[in-house]
Amino acid sequence: MAEFCMPSLGADMDSGALVEWHVKPGDPVKRGDVIAEVETNKGVIEIEVFEDGVIEQMFVQPSQQQIPVGTVIAKIRPEGVPEAVGAPTSATRMAVVQTAPVPTPVVENTRPVVVAPSEGAPQRVRVSPLARKIAADLGVDLSAVIGTGLHGAIEKADVERAAAEKQAAPPQEPVAAPPVAPSLVVPPPATPPPAPVMAEAPPVPKPGAVDFQTGMRKAIAAAMARSNRDIPHYYLQMSIDMSRPLRWLEAENQKRSIKQRLLPVVLLLKATARALSEVPALNGFWIDDQHMPQEAINIGIAIALRQGGLITPAIHNVDLKSLDDLMEALNDLIMRTRTGHLRGSEMTDATITMTSLGDMGVETVYGVIYPPQVALVGLGKVVERPWAENGMLGVRPVLTATLAGDHRATDGRTGAQFLDILNRNLQEVEKL
Amino acid sequence: MTEVEIREVVLKSLRRLAPEADFTKLSPDENVRQALDIDSYDFLMFLVALDEALGVEIPESDYGQLISLNDVIRYLATRLTATV
Repeated sequence: MAEFCMPSLGADMDSGALVEWHVKPGDPVKRGDVIAEVETNKGVIEIEVFEDGVIEQMFVQPSQQQIPVGTVIAKIRPEGVPEAVGAPTSATRMAVVQTAPVPTPVVENTRPVVVAPSEGAPQRVRVSPLARKIAADLGVDLSAVIGTGLHGAIEKADVERAAAEKQAAPPQEPVAAPPVAPSLVVPPPATPPPAPVMAEAPPVPKPGAVDFQTGMRKAIAAAMARSNRDIPHYYLQMSIDMSRPLRWLEAENQKRSIKQRLLPVVLLLKATARALSEVPALNGFWIDDQHMPQEAINIGIAIALRQGGLITPAIHNVDLKSLDDLMEALNDLIMRTRTGHLRGSEMTDATITMTSLGDMGVETVYGVIYPPQVALVGLGKVVERPWAENGMLGVRPVLTATLAGDHRATDGRTGAQFLDILNRNLQEVEKL
Repeated sequence: MTEVEIREVVLKSLRRLAPEADFTKLSPDENVRQALDIDSYDFLMFLVALDEALGVEIPESDYGQLISLNDVIRYLATRLTATV
C-alpha cells in the first residue's frame, strides 16, 4: 500500500493547504496524473502521483488548514494488488495520521508532526499586513471582520467597512464570524511595522496579493539564507562572443512565423544542458554531506512574477529536447507560472538553475545557489564590445555568462570546464 | 484602420501583458519595455498579439524601430497602409 504524502515543493516549504482533490476513492491513476491541488506560498501547485494504482482513501479534505510536509494525505493501492481485507476503517484511520518520511530529500528541517485532519478545526484567517495595521489604528477587532479577499482573506476595505459599521452601530457583540484560534492566525509582523511601501502604493493589490507576497518573501528568505549560510560559493565568469549564435538565430527566425520564433535563451538552455552532460558534477544536489549528481538534466528557470517575487520551475530533460520543443516548453512554463498551474514535479525536480537578468540591462549575474542544487548559471545582457581576436580588433555582441558553484561539491576547475564547453556549444550553434 | 484604432489594439495587447501597470502614467514617447517592465519573452508575446489582431508580422530586424508607444503605432500604421 503506497502512502501519498504532502510533498515538499521546494527547500523552503514545510506545509501546504489542500485546495482540491482531482480524484475520488476507487479512481485508477497513472504515474504523472495530477491528483490534487495544493496551495503553497508559491501559488497553487498541481500534485502528481509517482506510480500507477487505484486511489483507496483520502485522509484530508480541502480546507485552508496548513498540512505539514510528509503528512499522509491519501492511500494508493498499487496496480495488481487486491483490495486489502479488514483494513482499518476510515474512522480509526482518521483519528491519528502520522507523518511519513519526506518523499523528496529537499527539506532539512522535517520534524515529525502529528496532525488530526479535521473538520471542526479552526480555520486559518488570512489578514493582509496593511489591513492589520489599519485595524490596529482604527481599533477594529479582526476576529469580527469578514474577509472578502482570496479565500476569505481580510483586506484593507474589509477593515474599513467594519470600522464604519462599528461607528454606526456602537458597541455590541461581534457579528457572527467564525471563531479565530489565536495560534493559527498569521502572527503580526515583528518590528519594524509592515512595509510602508504597501501603504502608500496607489494601485491597490489584488485580493490576497499582499498576504501571498508576504508568504513568498518568507519562502525566498528561508531558502536564500540557508544557501548563504551553508554553501561556500565560488564564482567564475566568461565573456562569450555571441555573433555566430545570434546570426544563426536571426537567419533561422526569418524562416519562421512569428509564433515559431526562437528566443536566444533557448540556445543558451540547450548549450547549457549539453555542457552539463559533459560536466555532470554540476548537475545535481548536495544532501547530507554527500554530492549527488543527477542523470536527468532539469533546468530550473528563474521567472520573475509581475506582482513581485520569483519562481524557478524546471524544464525537464533539456538535453533531450529539440530547440523547437524547448521553446514550446518555455512558453508553456511561463504561461503556467503566471496563471498558477505549475506541477509539483516542476517545483522539485530542478537539478540546476539558470537566471537571466539581461532584459534589465544587467551585464553580470552573481547567483545565489538554490539548495540543495550545487550550481547556478547566470546570464547577462548581450552588449556590443570591442573584441580582439587574431590580432584584429572588432565590435561583437558579447554575453557574460557566470557560474556560481558549491565548493563543497566541485572545484573551480570543474566550473571552468563547464563555461568553456558552454562557449564551444554556442559557437557550434548549428549542432544544438 | 485609423491611428486611434491601432492605438486601442496596442494598448489592449499591452494591458494583457502588464495588467497591474498604470497606463495613465505611460507617456507616448517613453520606452515602453522599460516603463512596463516587459522582458524579451513578453515582448514576443506582444508581437504575437499584434499579429493576431492586425495581421502584421513584425520581423526581428524591425524590433529596433519599436521603442515608444508612438513608434509602435506609427510603424503599424505604415505597415497597414502598405499592405492595403
